[in-house]
Amino acid sequence: MDKLRVKIDGRTILAAPGKTILEVAEENGIHIPTLCHLDGLRDVGACRLCIVDLYGQLVTSCTTKVADGMEIGTQTETVRAYRRTILELLFAEGNHVCSFCVSNGGCELQDLACELGMHSVRVPYTYRRERVDATHPRFLIDRDRCVLCGRCVRVCQEVEGAHTWGFAERGATVRVITDLAVPWGTAESCTSCGKCVEVCPTGAIARKGASNAEMRKHPDLVAELTERRARG
Amino acid sequence: MGKVKVATVWFSGCAGCHMSLLDIDEVLIDLAGRVEFCNSPITDLKVFPEGGVDVTLVEGAIGNEEQLELARTVRAKSKIVISLGDCAVTGNVPALRNGIPPRELIEEIYGTSRTTNGALPYEVVPRLLERVRPLHEVIPVDYFLHGCPPPAGLIAKAVLALLDGKTPELAGADLKFG
Ligand code: SF4
Ligand code: SF4
Ligand code: SF4
Ligand code: FES
Repeated sequence: MDKLRVKIDGRTILAAPGKTILEVAEENGIHIPTLCHLDGLRDVGACRLCIVDLYGQLVTSCTTKVADGMEIGTQTETVRAYRRTILELLFAEGNHVCSFCVSNGGCELQDLACELGMHSVRVPYTYRRERVDATHPRFLIDRDRCVLCGRCVRVCQEVEGAHTWGFAERGATVRVITDLAVPWGTAESCTSCGKCVEVCPTGAIARKGASNAEMRKHPDLVAELTERRARG
Repeated sequence: MGKVKVATVWFSGCAGCHMSLLDIDEVLIDLAGRVEFCNSPITDLKVFPEGGVDVTLVEGAIGNEEQLELARTVRAKSKIVISLGDCAVTGNVPALRNGIPPRELIEEIYGTSRTTNGALPYEVVPRLLERVRPLHEVIPVDYFLHGCPPPAGLIAKAVLALLDGKTPELAGADLKFG
């Protein structure tokens, strides 16, 4: 198949058609920050952190396919400023107290604060308070730490086939739910496979019994699984 | 060159950040020669110096009216203000009370306590603010030292840079919360 010619950060790159900007960048050693994207899952463009400049427009690189002649900027001043603000909004919208979080030291959101140079959150914190759902025998969800990336929803649907997780409501009150918004422990569709625990980038979904800073996730297992399945 | 005037204040926090400050080991000896510690909970000087200071390190979030007032004094009288630790930077643990009306908290804590005989401290103790806020929500802040507490090395790095007249380069792992 004919290769396309794109320019990323001034570098001319030959790319296979059908790939996303993010894939092409990664294949060429150009790093773009991501949060909702996970190899092995369908991309939905939920977090907006992977935005890049495409002719002055900001587009999500995980959902935008390359086209011949595209000129893309992954680190322009505007892109970086918007990414940082998006990250600050994520921190302000939830309630993140890293010092006693299960994922402290192993959290993708926390890492992004380091990567994107987030010195402080310049929008007012909401200090949201949701009840923890610890009704499942092995896992729990603390929605104050949820960034609504939808990885749990997608892995449960696309890889496990259980469809336990879904989104409910809209706008500021949107949240992830199990079955028809019943306590997780009573969600009959859940097979207790634990995939949502491993892909959740934050401390929102965790194993019961894990204490402060004890959760380490293994989101890579999704790519491994899907590759193995494809091989048959 | 005269000594650089440094103050530290302690708002709603656990003193862990001050412990971390003391944890900078031999750097303290270096600092002793170059720094004049003015007001600090770890010295006997309890009044914020009228004449002002060069740098103030602030531990803790803003949780009551007295802290809010002192924070404004700190800003007015310091050339550089540093948020020291996650409570000052984000609200952190003290902000867990946000969402609970202050009156309910006071009644729960003092009203049922045997040592206070159920007396509610509305006059002597500074009034709680409706919600705990990070320092930069009430005054402009120049630098942010993350961590609960911030690692001693990070504090040393920032303070030493400022003493040398440089901007502290805070990036990457320096910005890890928790
Ligand atoms: S989920 Fe991540 S960012 Fe949120 S409190 Fe836990 S460690 Fe911190
Ligand atoms: S444990 Fe498995 S089946 Fe249950 S919600 Fe998580 S991913 Fe779905
Ligand atoms: S629970 Fe975790 S995986 Fe699910 S949407 Fe929230 S942050 Fe993402
Ligand atoms: S990684 Fe592309 S929108 Fe989240």
